[in-house]
Amino acid sequence: MSNGEIVESFVVPVHPHTVLAPEQNEGWNRLRQAYDEAAKIITDSGADLLIIYSTTWPSIIGHQLISDPNPEWVMVDHDFHELGSINYSFNIDAEFAELWNAENKARGLQSRCVNYQGFPIDVGSVVALTLLNPDNKIPAVIVSSNVYADRSETTVLAKACRDIVKKTGRKAVAITAMSLSNRMFTEHIDPKDDKIHSLKDDEWNRKILEFLGEGRLEDVGQLSRTIQQQIRVQKVVNFKPMWWLSAMNENRNNLTGNVLAYEAVHGAGCAVVNLNPTESGFGDKEYDEDNVEVFSGERGVLDSATKTQEPAQTTNGPALWEPTKAEGSVNTDSAPKPVGAYPHARRVGDLLYLSGVGPRQPGTNEIPGGPIHDQQGNPLNYDIKAQTQAVVDNISRILEEAGSSIDKVLDVTSFLVDMDRDFQGYNEVWAETLGKVGPTRTTLAIRALPTPIAVEMKVIASI
Amino acid sequence: MAQGEIVAGCLAPHPPHLVYAENPEQNEPVAEGGWEQLRWGYERLRESLSEIEYDAIVILSPHWQTYIGTHFLGLENFQSLSVDPIFPNLFRYHYDMNVDVELAQQIHDKAQDAGLAVKMMTNPDFRVDYGTITTGHMFRPQWDKPLVVISSNRSRAYYSVEVMQEMMMELGRVTREAILESGKKVVVLASNSLSHRHFTTESEIPEDMSKEHITSHAMHLWDMRIIDYMKSGQCQRIIDEMPEFTEQAIAETDGGAFTWLLSTLEVPNYPAILHGYGTIIGTGNAIVEWPVYKHKEA
Ligand SMILES: [Fe+2]
Repeated sequence: MSNGEIVESFVVPVHPHTVLAPEQNEGWNRLRQAYDEAAKIITDSGADLLIIYSTTWPSIIGHQLISDPNPEWVMVDHDFHELGSINYSFNIDAEFAELWNAENKARGLQSRCVNYQGFPIDVGSVVALTLLNPDNKIPAVIVSSNVYADRSETTVLAKACRDIVKKTGRKAVAITAMSLSNRMFTEHIDPKDDKIHSLKDDEWNRKILEFLGEGRLEDVGQLSRTIQQQIRVQKVVNFKPMWWLSAMNENRNNLTGNVLAYEAVHGAGCAVVNLNPTESGFGDKEYDEDNVEVFSGERGVLDSATKTQEPAQTTNGPALWEPTKAEGSVNTDSAPKPVGAYPHARRVGDLLYLSGVGPRQPGTNEIPGGPIHDQQGNPLNYDIKAQTQAVVDNISRILEEAGSSIDKVLDVTSFLVDMDRDFQGYNEVWAETLGKVGPTRTTLAIRALPTPIAVEMKVIASI
Repeated sequence: MAQGEIVAGCLAPHPPHLVYAENPEQNEPVAEGGWEQLRWGYERLRESLSEIEYDAIVILSPHWQTYIGTHFLGLENFQSLSVDPIFPNLFRYHYDMNVDVELAQQIHDKAQDAGLAVKMMTNPDFRVDYGTITTGHMFRPQWDKPLVVISSNRSRAYYSVEVMQEMMMELGRVTREAILESGKKVVVLASNSLSHRHFTTESEIPEDMSKEHITSHAMHLWDMRIIDYMKSGQCQRIIDEMPEFTEQAIAETDGGAFTWLLSTLEVPNYPAILHGYGTIIGTGNAIVEWPVYKHKEA
């Protein structure tokens, strides 16, 4: 796999004023200058791909991606037609669009490429590409904003995109074409009288920009639903672009942010914000939602359609990883593969720290006692005792690989997804196994584990 | 000059699937038919009005969405290619339409006098929305009558349905006044679906009618209720229940077209003619005519 990455991210405004009439209002002109500054940052970054998620391109049938290599037309805004027309001729990376489309489908999303002469590219994308990529040097892709998609679906859309960025080794720029507060004046106004529609909208916008300026992108993502309720009129469902942009940046909260401009356009809150992946001093975050890899939500209104859209991945749970190999790492083929970038265990002096161990079986990935839900998330009956025994067996194998053994376990933290249902069965197996060894123990109830299992243990042992 | 009149008002929905299924020469993709209940409904509507003379068609479409008041097409002719941004696989239509700019301006001026925010659209590069084109085509495929095209003021997005209704009632009132003063005979069309929850998947063959049905029973019940009111001449009840209908059935009446239509007809209390009902990608669509010509005051 090559080392593709997101080298810069941007939030940019959608209205045509920055292209067609920056001279009519000082604020619009400052937005235009910020756009020009953003274009320079992009050039300096050496980026070779621009990825635009546009809120002014709503879609209903899943997610749509422009795959016409050279879309050309004349764009006139539905509201601001008197400002004039924008001729466009863009350089689209059709191959990237096709790959992303395929990956979307593999991750359970409804997705399609759009390649028709005369397809009306939306105002947000037209404005963003016109100003960020004035000579069309860098190829671009554009994705729609699905009106029914919620957070998990939007996150998966971004992850699919990241996969292709990585796979193709691109230096990509992620861009959301969007407003902050989107309430506009409902009457014609003199350009010189433009301002944010209300003090409340302005205050919220400044709060969002404070977060973004500190690189706290995931915090804004977490606040999306609140922001939608507070300062967004209901044009599309939820304040999605921050979910997408955050997931494009691995849900990080410690980016380096820079607000290049914040102004009103006909009352709406418009900002140009740069987010660079360089770590900043922040990073503390509350991350309280599922980190979804494959979308399995309800989309199968047509029975036959659901069959053709099953995710390519057949395991019931997230993708499996090769264990990492930092100094002191202990890994074994006789324990199940990790579901992220970590080793089975790590040795420090005479102590062994194990990553959380579940009941999945090495090789087959099967769960003794059965999974707790199916691929659609429907609950299944399972045997907690069989799962607990399998956890203990896996712990034992990892310890032996490290030259230790089950009777050297010192401390265990156990996680149960259903304390009421499972504590007794888990406790019985414990008594017969680790209970006889005698480590200290803490048992917690948690909402979910990454795979469809009911129990996991975190172990510290001596060598 | 004789007084103008509205000769008929119609609910004339615009899913591009209907044009696609007809295979007119203007549309690029080719279909194997589909959505016959609605296409035959449009045939019956055209037949019903075939003997009626009129000078112009006034359309309000939810897909020319304006957030800053109501806009009117303000040039004599528009021709271009219209590609539906949501169903580009079905609708890529070469249109050539004439506009009754004089009547558009008259309605615009009346609305302005009444305090509504309005604007004439005079940018020749403007692409007419696919809703207007679909309704225009299905209602009168000859394209031989000039149109007045009115944008959908998305006030619903900013305020409540009640406020949207008030504004659309007012727009309907001034539309009627302008038509009467113009001396022209006019048909008014509201281009919208009823219940409006879409499927988010599309079958391999879009026109595969074995896959078409209403998205939920609740949507069906709402559609039937509204259709009953139309058939029994109880349009005031539609106006009264519009906020609930719009919210609960996620109805496309949020664009204001339906309220505006009923207002131009002075909220009819005589039965409408239901020419057809059917679903398109899960949404409910009715083709309905208010035959004003039959209910003229003596
Ligand atoms: Fe529509």
